[in-house]
Amino acid sequence: MNTLLRLCSIVVATALLTGGSSRLHSAESVLSFQNPKQEALYNQLIQEYRCLKCQNQNLADSAADLAGDLRREIHMRIVEGKSRDEIDSYLVARYGDFVLYRPPFKATTYLLWIGPFVLLAVALVYAVRLGRRGKHAVAEAGAGQLDEARRLLGK
Amino acid sequence: MVKLIPLVLFLALVGFLAKGLTLDPREVPSPLIDKPAPEFRLPTLPATGTDFKSADMQGQVWILNVWASWCRACVTEHPLLVDMAAEQRLPIMGLNYKDTPEAAMAWLGQLGNPYNRILDDREGRVGLDWGVYGVPETFVIDRSGQVRYKHIGPLNETAIENIVEPLIEELLAAPS
Repeated sequence: MNTLLRLCSIVVATALLTGGSSRLHSAESVLSFQNPKQEALYNQLIQEYRCLKCQNQNLADSAADLAGDLRREIHMRIVEGKSRDEIDSYLVARYGDFVLYRPPFKATTYLLWIGPFVLLAVALVYAVRLGRRGKHAVAEAGAGQLDEARRLLGK
Repeated sequence: MVKLIPLVLFLALVGFLAKGLTLDPREVPSPLIDKPAPEFRLPTLPATGTDFKSADMQGQVWILNVWASWCRACVTEHPLLVDMAAEQRLPIMGLNYKDTPEAAMAWLGQLGNPYNRILDDREGRVGLDWGVYGVPETFVIDRSGQVRYKHIGPLNETAIENIVEPLIEELLAAPS
C-alpha cells in the first residue's frame, strides 16, 4: 500500500514538473503551423535536440535563452516546409553531432551504437560458459557422493 | 582465462571513467574548425552608418571575441584581451551578443576597449550562425577566412600561451 502511494506521488510530481516545463515556453507567443503534421514534427524535434547551454535538457524542456532562439529557428524552418534532415544539418553545422540526442550511425559513433550489443554478447558467452561449468561440477560431485553413499551403505 | 573477463571489463570501465574525469563536458568541439567562417554583416557600435562585413577581413588573420555586458565571465578574460590588443598584431573584433548598445559602451568605458570594431548582434543571430552557446567565446580566423580555433569560456593565460599565441604566430607567418 505504502509503495503504491509513493508510486502515485511520483507520477503526480512528474506530471506537475513536465506540465510546468511546457508552460515555460507557452509564454513565447502561441506557435502557428500550417498543418498538424508540422506541429507534430516540431514537437518531436524539440524533444530530440540537446540544449547546449544546459546540456542535460532537450530544447523542449530548457528555459535557456539559446533554447528559445533555437526553437524559434526550428519553427521557422518547419513552417517554410524544411525537412527533418535539413533541420538536423542546420543544427549539426553549428553545434556538431552533440546537439542530437539521437546521434547518426557513422564511423565515429559505431562504438556508441554497437558497443552495448558487443558487451551483451560477451556477457552472454560468459554466462553460458559459467552455467556449463556449474552443471559439470554438480554432475561430478553428484557421482562422487553417490559412490560414497553406496560405500557407506555397504552396497 | 574466462575468469579474467569481468576484471578486464571492469578495468576498461575504470579507464573510460578516469578519462572522462579529465574532460570538460562544457567544451563541445566546434564543427566550424577548419571550415569557412560563417559570413555576416552587422552594424557597429557606436553606430557609424557603415556595416561591418566579415568578407572584408579576407586576407587577414583576426580574432572574433563574443562578449556581452551581462556576461560575468567576460570580466575575467577582459584584461587579457586588452593586453593582446595593445600589441596590435592583429585585429580583434568584438561581437556584442544579445546586449544593448548603452550597456555595452558603458561596460567598455569602464574596463577599456580592446576591439578594433564592436559588432552589434543584439538579436543574437550571428552568434547562432557561429554556434555560440556560452559567452564568452573566442574564434581565430586565418587569411583564407577559415576558422582555425575556438575557445569556449573565458580566455586564460594558459590557453593564450599554449594555443592562441603559437597559432597566431603560425598564421601571421603564412603568406596571404
